[in-house]
Amino acid sequence: MIVREQPRDVDARAARQKAHRARIASALGHPLFRPVAALAALLLIDLLLIPGFFRLEVKDGHLYGSLVDIVNRAAPLMLAAIGMTLVIATRGIDISVGAVVALSGTVAAMLVTDSTALPLALVAALGAALACGLWNGILVACLGLQPIVATLTLMVAGRGVAQLLADGQIVTVYHAPYFYLGSGYLAGLPFSLFVVAAVGGITALLLRHTALGLFIQAVGINPVASRLAGIRTTALVLFVYVFAALCAGMAGLMISSNVKSADANNAGLMLELDAILAVTLGGTSLAGGRFTLAGSMIGALIIQTLTYTIYSLGVPPEVNMVVKAIVVFLVCISQSEQFGITRKGGAAA
Amino acid sequence: MNVIANLRARQSSTSLVTVLLLAAMLLLGGARYDGFLSLQVMLNLLIDNAFLLVIAIGMGFVILSGGIDLSVGAVLALATMISAWLLQVAHWPAPLVLAAVLLLGAGFGGAMGALIHCFRLQPFIVTLAGMFLARGLCYLISIESITIDDPLFMALSQLQLPFLGGFISLGALIALAMLAFAVWLAHYSAFGRAVYAIGGNEGSAALMGLPVGRTKILVYAFSGACAALAGVLFSLYMLSGYGLHALGMELDAIAAVVIGGTLLTGGYGFILGALSGVLVLGTIQTLIAFDGTLSSWWTRIVIGALLFVFCVVQRLMGVKTR
Repeated sequence: MIVREQPRDVDARAARQKAHRARIASALGHPLFRPVAALAALLLIDLLLIPGFFRLEVKDGHLYGSLVDIVNRAAPLMLAAIGMTLVIATRGIDISVGAVVALSGTVAAMLVTDSTALPLALVAALGAALACGLWNGILVACLGLQPIVATLTLMVAGRGVAQLLADGQIVTVYHAPYFYLGSGYLAGLPFSLFVVAAVGGITALLLRHTALGLFIQAVGINPVASRLAGIRTTALVLFVYVFAALCAGMAGLMISSNVKSADANNAGLMLELDAILAVTLGGTSLAGGRFTLAGSMIGALIIQTLTYTIYSLGVPPEVNMVVKAIVVFLVCISQSEQFGITRKGGAAA
Repeated sequence: MNVIANLRARQSSTSLVTVLLLAAMLLLGGARYDGFLSLQVMLNLLIDNAFLLVIAIGMGFVILSGGIDLSVGAVLALATMISAWLLQVAHWPAPLVLAAVLLLGAGFGGAMGALIHCFRLQPFIVTLAGMFLARGLCYLISIESITIDDPLFMALSQLQLPFLGGFISLGALIALAMLAFAVWLAHYSAFGRAVYAIGGNEGSAALMGLPVGRTKILVYAFSGACAALAGVLFSLYMLSGYGLHALGMELDAIAAVVIGGTLLTGGYGFILGALSGVLVLGTIQTLIAFDGTLSSWWTRIVIGALLFVFCVVQRLMGVKTR
């Protein structure tokens, strides 16, 4: 028996379907869709292949489990990625992150072993990071050097300075309160998580509720036009590099506190690359202008989850680098305009 | 004509500064340490830095074209690893191994160049991914270092060619030959002119009808081949293949090129500058080795400081002439 639908019903249903499709399209088109989908896919693989991956248990009042472990280990990378996001958003790049990590960790560890008060040591370490940021910022914003060159000088020399301070030794810390930052627990959760949340939250607030986000975006899209429009580009770019260095400094404190020592030679080695990778994975455009803070943090989580997955699947850890490289290639190609053109052209033909 | 003469004068002046710096450093070393200015110490500068010179030549072309290649250190390591594996495990004859490694290097570079050109990606990020890929592939072959005991490789690595009373290694000779070829390529061939034009302004190079895409891909292929050749020289020098060889050498190569007077913005500089840049880096290391009281990290600090000074000076000069 054929049921004839009333025209009004058909209209309403079509409209509903259209709205539904639009909602899906807008969700698919959302900048965070791809990173979240990638993370979800990774977690799904973990769910299927690693027994007990999502199990969380409380021991001695602390939360334990793979997820907590991943988030805890990703914390320094997330911090570095937050700073890197702003730098990349202004069309810059900061490849001195690893050197700043080594420097701030070394300064803090040395002062703490020299029985300086802990807060003072932390402030001094962040001060060293601040100086690094000022150095980068002045070179880029005031002297107009290319960001990659300006930060390259610090990348080469920074580790050298850290080694000079520590006299080439690995500084081991025995001051227990120092360990709290990297491996302590607050309310059952790793303390590093709160640091990341605080830094991320404050940055997001600054970007959303002041004109800072808008200005950074404007500088990233067109530095000359935004200067002519009255934005103080020099001060803004300077701020961005200082901010990135401070984030890297905090990451350095976290890393050195977690391993209870500071190794000027190896701390944060290649962290700048991972941070850039996290930012790219999160959907921030390397051409500047389009950036997402949440995306970068998800990007950092993707990297750490990937590492964790590779380790726990028993795949040789060396594969990690190959996988990362292939992921970067794919993400870059999918981000490029050329890819969009060929895809659209193919669809139309 | 006047403008061109000015440009010429300016172009050689940045390279001249490096040569003067090198001479000053050598004289300082000669004045402070006995035996520093002997011929063999100078020849050792070349012998110990032959692979860096070859890499810096390739990097020079990439930077002249306005790009950057961060994968060279990793490609060098991959080349040592593949040649060690082919020789020791697959038992290929040595000449075939050399050809295969060079082709692989060129192919690796060319593929990155194609990605950069076809998808308009930033050279920085593509070669960064290439660096991860090459290092990862090293570890896929083997995590341990592979020792090479192929008779031909052993013989070549111990070869000492007499030179004005001292001796020079085969690697240094190959590096110098490569430098001569690169100078011809950069300054006397159509390819070199296209590289300079693209580095100056890619848009106008394309409008002039220069083959921008082909040149860019070839530049990265050349850099990859240089890195592979440097890898072969490195495996001759170390007689092993290892995934951790030449960690961070891309930075040394970039530093050598910049100190040699090439602008990182592209289109300006001399390939020959790579030699003076490499020699400056080598002299810093030799000075520190001769001193004996300075620790190795001073090398990093001094290279970083030099890099900084050169970048700022170049920048200020650029501002003045504009």
